[in-house]
Amino acid sequence: MRRTLGIAALVLALPLAAAAETKTITLPPDHPYGDLKPGPGVEVAQRACRSCHSTDYIVMQPRGDAKQWEAVVTKMIKVFGASISDEDAKAVVRYLSTVYGR
Amino acid sequence: MTRSHRRDFLRAVGGLGTFAVSAGLLWRAPRASAQQGDPILAGRPLVRYPEKTDLILLTARPTQLETPMSYFDGAITPNEAFFVRYHTFPVPTSVDLGTWRLRVSGLVDRPLELSLDDLKSKFAKAAVTAVTQCSGNSRGRFAPRVLGGEWGDGAMGNAEWVGARLRDILATAGVRQGAVQATFEGLDKPAFPSVPHFVKSLDIRRIVEDPDVIVAYQMNGRELPMLNGFPARLVVPGWYATYWVKNLSEISVIDHVFEKFWMKPAYRIPDTPCGCVEPGTAPKSTVPITRMTVRSFIGAPPGGARVVAGRSVTLKGIAFDGGYGVREVQVSDDEGVTWRRAQLGPDLGRYSFREWSAVWTPAAGEHTLMVRALNAIGESQGYEPVWNPAGYLRNIVERITVQAG
Ligand code: HEC
Repeated sequence: MRRTLGIAALVLALPLAAAAETKTITLPPDHPYGDLKPGPGVEVAQRACRSCHSTDYIVMQPRGDAKQWEAVVTKMIKVFGASISDEDAKAVVRYLSTVYGR
Repeated sequence: MTRSHRRDFLRAVGGLGTFAVSAGLLWRAPRASAQQGDPILAGRPLVRYPEKTDLILLTARPTQLETPMSYFDGAITPNEAFFVRYHTFPVPTSVDLGTWRLRVSGLVDRPLELSLDDLKSKFAKAAVTAVTQCSGNSRGRFAPRVLGGEWGDGAMGNAEWVGARLRDILATAGVRQGAVQATFEGLDKPAFPSVPHFVKSLDIRRIVEDPDVIVAYQMNGRELPMLNGFPARLVVPGWYATYWVKNLSEISVIDHVFEKFWMKPAYRIPDTPCGCVEPGTAPKSTVPITRMTVRSFIGAPPGGARVVAGRSVTLKGIAFDGGYGVREVQVSDDEGVTWRRAQLGPDLGRYSFREWSAVWTPAAGEHTLMVRALNAIGESQGYEPVWNPAGYLRNIVERITVQAG
């Protein structure tokens, strides 16, 4: 009896030994500090600006006028290939330059 | 900039005594309290990620974490406290050493697929203690402000790295005639195919001539945390962290200068002697950012701390440069009118943080403490910040305020 238990324990331990070769971590979800502030157009911004990175990328930026935010949105589209319609892009710029404006 | 700064530096220190060295900790503050009074860091949460201690959150996706300044009172930055900078999402969260391989391909005679065991057993072990600092460290301090990762000053760290020399790996693969650069990629692959994959390059010449460029599998005596590049990362001493590719998986030898997104137009500085331009203007031409500028910081007491008037306090901090080595550190408590030499800690090599300390006895009231360093080739730090549109190379003389009462 003793011996069988021992073997069972050994067999059970094998996958664990193999697993020790693998290192895995689990990352926490986005932090509320990065949430976009409410305002007209916030839903569009959430839809357009959350897929490649968290929105803390946006809230940490210096406040800026429409020119600053238009350059940002254009960069996301032209350089990083964000698929955002012209209409949504305009709405996001309006939202950002109001809520994160100077 | 360097010439005149150096003269100031030497003149200021002439005839002044060295701060005495002794005395213990006279302040108590939680590690990150200094964050609160900081215009850039105030409001950023402290978060605890896997294999990490409480760090300041920059962005959750991709993972970007900043080290609180209080860790910079000593030369070695603990692995748990080491900053994290990824460019694209998702970041690597799982590595199976049974299948992970470092592939070496391109203009080589014998393409390689190295396991971690291969890296450890087939190549001589090389160790280097070296600083890695994000090119954009302190970007949040730029005036006028610039867009990007709005770091405070904690996107830097110093560790003892152990690994295999890159030149030994390339020699085993046999670099062919006509090779110009090698490119480096890690396991971080963006979810959106339109987002450029993070690939960096180095000249073959630098790799072959520099025995300190290594593929590190050990950091401060332990395996690398996943978020600092497990199982292996590139170590390019003296140069900004952008070259220190994490979770390294591919090296390719090529016959040209690599100019994809993260080498061009990203990570470039104005092609001027200071790497700077008139604030708010655009450079005419740019070159890749490479070597770090001279910097020094006060790690203790933390900025904003209260100390006891009339009792001596040991100021502590670190200084570093792009690989010539720190020759001298000075501190001032009178807005830079007089500077006094700090005591340097052990020399851990020219690429390492150099610890410094100085004993200071404050009178009652508010004080500004400043620090600056001089390196082995006479480069120092200035009072005027350098400015460039990407927010790189900052190395102004740093200051903190403390209250004595
Ligand atoms: C297709 C992917 C993608 C989408 C969608 C996207 N971004 Fe980005 N964004 C990026 C990448 C990649 C970076 C650069 C990351 C880095 O360097 O760490 C970035 C960086 C930024 C930055 C930092 C400044 C800079 O230029 O690096 C800001 C601000 C930003 N994004 C805002 C936005 C806004 C606003 C939206 C919505 C309109 C958006 N992003 C949507 C990919 C994207």
